[in-house]
Amino acid sequence: MAEPLIVTRGLAKEYRMESYTVAALRGVSLEIAAGEFVAVMGPSGSGKSTFMNLLGCLDSPTGGEYVLAGDRVSELSGDALAAIRNRRIGFVFQNFNLLARTSAVENVELPLLYSQCPAQERRSRAMARLAEVGLAERAHHQPSQLSGGQQQRVAIARALVNDPVLILADEPTGALDTRTSFELMGLLQQLNRGGMTVVLVTHEHDIATFASRIVSFRDGHVVHDQRVEQPADALAMLRALEKEAA
Amino acid sequence: MTWIASIRIALRALRVNKLRSSLTMLGIIIGVAAVITMIAVGAGAQARVEEQIKALGSNLIMLLPGSVTAGGVRMGAGSRNTLTESDAYAIGREIADVPASAPHLRGAGQVVAGNNNWSTVFYGVTPDYFEARNWVIASGKGFDPADLTGAAKVALLGETVARNLFGDADPIGQVIRIRKVPFTVIGVLQRKGQSLMGQDQDDVILMPISTARNRVLGGNIARQRTVGVIFVKVREGADMKEVEGEIRSLLRQRHRLQPGADDDFTLRNLSEVLAAREESSRIMTLLLAAVASVSLLVGGIGIMNIMLVSVTERTREIGLRMAVGARGRDILAQFLVEAVTLALIGGLFGIMLGVGGSYLIAHLAEWRVELRPDSVLLAVGFAASIGVFFGFYPARKASRLLPIEALRYE
Repeated sequence: MAEPLIVTRGLAKEYRMESYTVAALRGVSLEIAAGEFVAVMGPSGSGKSTFMNLLGCLDSPTGGEYVLAGDRVSELSGDALAAIRNRRIGFVFQNFNLLARTSAVENVELPLLYSQCPAQERRSRAMARLAEVGLAERAHHQPSQLSGGQQQRVAIARALVNDPVLILADEPTGALDTRTSFELMGLLQQLNRGGMTVVLVTHEHDIATFASRIVSFRDGHVVHDQRVEQPADALAMLRALEKEAA
Repeated sequence: MTWIASIRIALRALRVNKLRSSLTMLGIIIGVAAVITMIAVGAGAQARVEEQIKALGSNLIMLLPGSVTAGGVRMGAGSRNTLTESDAYAIGREIADVPASAPHLRGAGQVVAGNNNWSTVFYGVTPDYFEARNWVIASGKGFDPADLTGAAKVALLGETVARNLFGDADPIGQVIRIRKVPFTVIGVLQRKGQSLMGQDQDDVILMPISTARNRVLGGNIARQRTVGVIFVKVREGADMKEVEGEIRSLLRQRHRLQPGADDDFTLRNLSEVLAAREESSRIMTLLLAAVASVSLLVGGIGIMNIMLVSVTERTREIGLRMAVGARGRDILAQFLVEAVTLALIGGLFGIMLGVGGSYLIAHLAEWRVELRPDSVLLAVGFAASIGVFFGFYPARKASRLLPIEALRYE
């Protein structure tokens, strides 16, 4: 087996309050291979979001070690972390986090703006990604003119635009209805089949069943880590749902 | 991130809140306009003083007859006619740094030309007088040495006199009567405008001093060869104090004054008085500009305030930008460019308003204003620095946000 994409050893995060310390993550050791589709589950306060933030280089651990694609991320400075977020990781958020009053294609271009990409290439790459998520003809619409599912697909195009090695999705279906959720998960599964590593945080079991591996958190520890032999097929379920409606 | 991209982002952010951006700019607009207008007004005042200095003649020393003391009662300046024409010539001849030393006799009277008449003053002068007082002959010619020795009945008219006697007609070659003595007009003087005291300096007739003394004034004045004033022009760059000392000792010697006796003449350095006036108008300009700068400062604080609001409002946007790879300095640059753009656009409108305001003041108040390109550059530079200065703190605040906290900000 090749070197895993993600390695964490004893990863810990403490939040220092005024008079006490809260341990959000108490030593998590995990390996995720390239091409995996991992669902991170757990009740609120279990540390799953903290874990995601650390994986996404949005926060720094207070203990342990994190290696992403061979880089010891836990030792890097703020600017180096920004570069990793820019080139290695694509984020998908629960509330989409698109820039308002900014067209879809410009939203998708955003990461390229911070990686010295010439304007023409920015535009063509962003348009290509929008076409991949099926929104080419909506490129010049603003987020307020798009449905929730479309907005989330713009967000996925943005996550993909700089060719990352890892997609981190934090409750991506939290603001979507069932049908659109299935659509979105179908898109993520499709990307995963193309070789993209996807780590997904969710508290919905239905959504987790689309992943090939489920990691459960409780009180800052990993309590379950199981592989799913036959993940559900989101697009098949979507078709079933449509048949039912008809 | 490139600068063009930064500026485009800034312009978009400013467009989103049009009213807010315009109100913030208004502070800078008013500030810049105030600075430009006030400097223009101050510079106008300064230019007026400079013109008056030029009209008076630069590096000018005025010699006045001294006071007499009769039985312990001192009579004040000019109460004795101690200065003579030959004193004036001696100063011009013997003191190295004096290019012109002009004796000056003053008289007043009615002047008649054809059907018109006008009451004015006339000065009996020598050709040196033109140099000492910076009189320029607008048309015609000045006096010849022969006019002086022969006491020729020729006159040069000030602009006011020429207009009152001849209207638009050419006065040169015409005959006028001054105190019933007929004179031929040989030239017209260039306009000088008002003096420091508000006197019309163009309401004057110049004639050779010998003519004034012998043919017009007559009497004691003709016998004594005294003069009212001597104007002494000192060479540019010469030490005024030293020349004053030389004149004083020369005159004391010529008047045979004992050591310890008071001078029987008075020396006045008018340029010094004017220099002081110039200095005070310069200070006034600075003061006006300083007051106007305060409003620019207030405008800058407005920018800072709005930028702080903007950073707080857009915390999630900052978090997102950081999540997709913006470094602290990218965020810093973005907000700094936004603040500077705000200040510069305000500055440009401020220049327009300031230039317009200056012309309006010039037109309505008939106040002389002088627009100076350096004041425009100063105002723009000032506006840009205000953008940088007052934008820096909010921008740095934004750049120091932690990505995860910014993303979660509600």
